[in-house]
Amino acid sequence: MSKDVWVIIEHQDGAPKKISLELLGRARELAETLGGTVVAFVPGAGVSNVAESLGSRGADIVYAADHALLQPYTADAYAQAVSQALQAEQPTLVLVGSTAQGRDYAPRVAARLGAGIVTDCASLEVADGHLVATRPMYTRKTIGTVVFSSGGIRIAVVLPAVYSVPPAEAGRRAEIRAFQVALDSKGVRTQVREVRAIQRETVPLTEADVIVSGGRGLKGPENFALLDALAKALGAAVGSSRPPVDSGWVSHDYEIGQTGKTVSPQVYLACGISGAPQHLAGMSGAKYIVAINKDSNAPIFQLADLGIVGDLFEIVPKLTEAIRQAKGRA
Amino acid sequence: MNIVVCVKQVPDTEAPIRIRPDGSGIDESGLNLVMNYYDEHATEAGLRLKEQFGGSVTLIGVGPERTKEALRTGLAMGADEAILVSDVALLGSDHLGTARVLAAAIKTLPHDLIICGKLSTDDNAAIVGPALAELLGLPQATAIAQLEVDTSGGTVVVHREVEGGVEVLEVPLPALLTVERSLNEPRYPSLPGIMKAKRKEIKTMSLADLGVEVPSVGATAAKSALTRLVPPPKRQAGRMIEEDAEKAVAEIVAFLKNEAKVL
Ligand SMILES: Cc1cc2nc3c(=O)[nH]c(=O)nc-3n(C[C@H](O)[C@H](O)[C@H](O)COP(=O)(O)OP(=O)(O)OC[C@H]3O[C@@H](n4cnc5c(N)ncnc54)[C@H](O)[C@@H]3O)c2cc1C
Ligand SMILES: Nc1ncnc2c1ncn2[C@@H]1O[C@H](COP(=O)(O)O)[C@@H](O)[C@H]1O
Repeated sequence: MSKDVWVIIEHQDGAPKKISLELLGRARELAETLGGTVVAFVPGAGVSNVAESLGSRGADIVYAADHALLQPYTADAYAQAVSQALQAEQPTLVLVGSTAQGRDYAPRVAARLGAGIVTDCASLEVADGHLVATRPMYTRKTIGTVVFSSGGIRIAVVLPAVYSVPPAEAGRRAEIRAFQVALDSKGVRTQVREVRAIQRETVPLTEADVIVSGGRGLKGPENFALLDALAKALGAAVGSSRPPVDSGWVSHDYEIGQTGKTVSPQVYLACGISGAPQHLAGMSGAKYIVAINKDSNAPIFQLADLGIVGDLFEIVPKLTEAIRQAKGRA
Repeated sequence: MNIVVCVKQVPDTEAPIRIRPDGSGIDESGLNLVMNYYDEHATEAGLRLKEQFGGSVTLIGVGPERTKEALRTGLAMGADEAILVSDVALLGSDHLGTARVLAAAIKTLPHDLIICGKLSTDDNAAIVGPALAELLGLPQATAIAQLEVDTSGGTVVVHREVEGGVEVLEVPLPALLTVERSLNEPRYPSLPGIMKAKRKEIKTMSLADLGVEVPSVGATAAKSALTRLVPPPKRQAGRMIEEDAEKAVAEIVAFLKNEAKVL
């Protein structure tokens, strides 16, 4: 068992994803407390560019696990590759992003190795020699504290946007090593037929700093264009409450809340959303909440940092224009 | 097609959650316990496949005796059989422990497809499904939003939402799926269905019946423990602006620039 802290790197188009950089930043801090080094593990095919970039982000050692069967992503291939590496190196702690990928393969790895696993970590600390995570539970009506047992490999699946991306340190380099993964095509049973990109999204909701979100108050699918324009001006992502999804105005991947996504942006701008508990379950972790609602009694105003009582159809287009102007000047 | 659906009993998400005064867990008195929301979608998926291809839908729950109520909900929806695995030695199991018990039970059943919810609304873990797939040596697809069976090839074709896109996967059977809510609209149990479910016997099994060794599950095997529950930090209402649109817009822009610092 080593004292090292590993981060399994998620990447796209030759660059690490934001969540991976957030985790490397946290891994640095934890490794200092634990007295180990930071190891970035990069599964994929042709990962040298990704691997090269990670020293400046806090990695001491980078394992490039290059294998044709690791591209495109499958749970089968990733679970084997990551398990093989963890088995060989026995780090004390492994950080994985809570993303569609991380949530898919990490429990398989834990089951294969008999490792401890805690998902949806909203914080991760070393306290009195114990590794302790907090996580939202009971549809965010409570925050649980979970303590990992000592000994063995421990896997923490960490929510996006809880740790900030540390600034890149130009000139800091990691030692890059190749990790030989043993994989054969029989072991990769799922076949990826295609990955369809959803063009509308500038940034994924779970990574966005600013989210503009619409509810039933938007009245129809055509009015989401108002939010698209505002989001474009702000560089924001567009989300929704559940009624627009159930009415077929937008697809389910817009949905924020108990049965949708959990988001933690810097700013959440709710337009025509009343603020039902099931919606709050997905967005009350935002740093700042701004709400536009014509009903001054809407529950969303009880937690909005800035509450605007008014007609969104009047305010949103004017806001878009004002932000364009403000950005133009900047 | 023989389908096994894993069902967990959880507190109704509509009701408030009371934390025990010592913070050690939730106060279960008077709590309405129901079938996990996503497991309704899992059961619905199983029933539709059975209607299309024949076979059976068997529900499995791990938990105390009261878990039978959640299983009855699934029987009332139309599932053929339900099994409860219940044992005091399971107290304090972590999610891998639960997955080990489910794996042992499922090994005794014919299964082409195992369907779980995407997550349970109490723990929010999303661990049991993929862990169970690994323990059974099966391929998986998690959080699926669409499902089609390719009868000629013995595979299922599924869509799953990923950040910024949709993955279309072909998974050979037998396989394990976890389901997203957009997969289907669960049916309501019919009155005759409810009557029939009341009379159905739910088979109860212990760890000994399954040949599961106690040290591999339960509190001693758990690699993590929940030690404390607290309410989420309370947010304060901020400023309210009830003025004309121009003034409102100026306030928002100033807020985004000076306080939130995103402009
Ligand atoms: C099991 C379960 C799970 C659920 N999961 C989710 C979830 O994940 N996410 C979610 O969002 N909901 C979820 N819900 C639904 C939730 O209970 C609420 O029904 C939903 O959040 C309400 O959405 P809304 O605020 O858009 O609509 P409403 O509550 O109808 O509110 C619309 C608001 O728009 C305002 N409005 C109308 N016109 C204008 C205008 N011109 N200008 C400004 N304001 C205007 C109104 O004053 C009102 O406050 C779930 C429910 C259940 C039972
Ligand atoms: N105790 C249990 N009994 C039966 N199935 C379970 C149990 N716990 C979890 N599951 C299944 O695993 C899914 C995910 O649960 P979790 O990993 O706890 O979030 C649930 O939707 C169920 O299908």
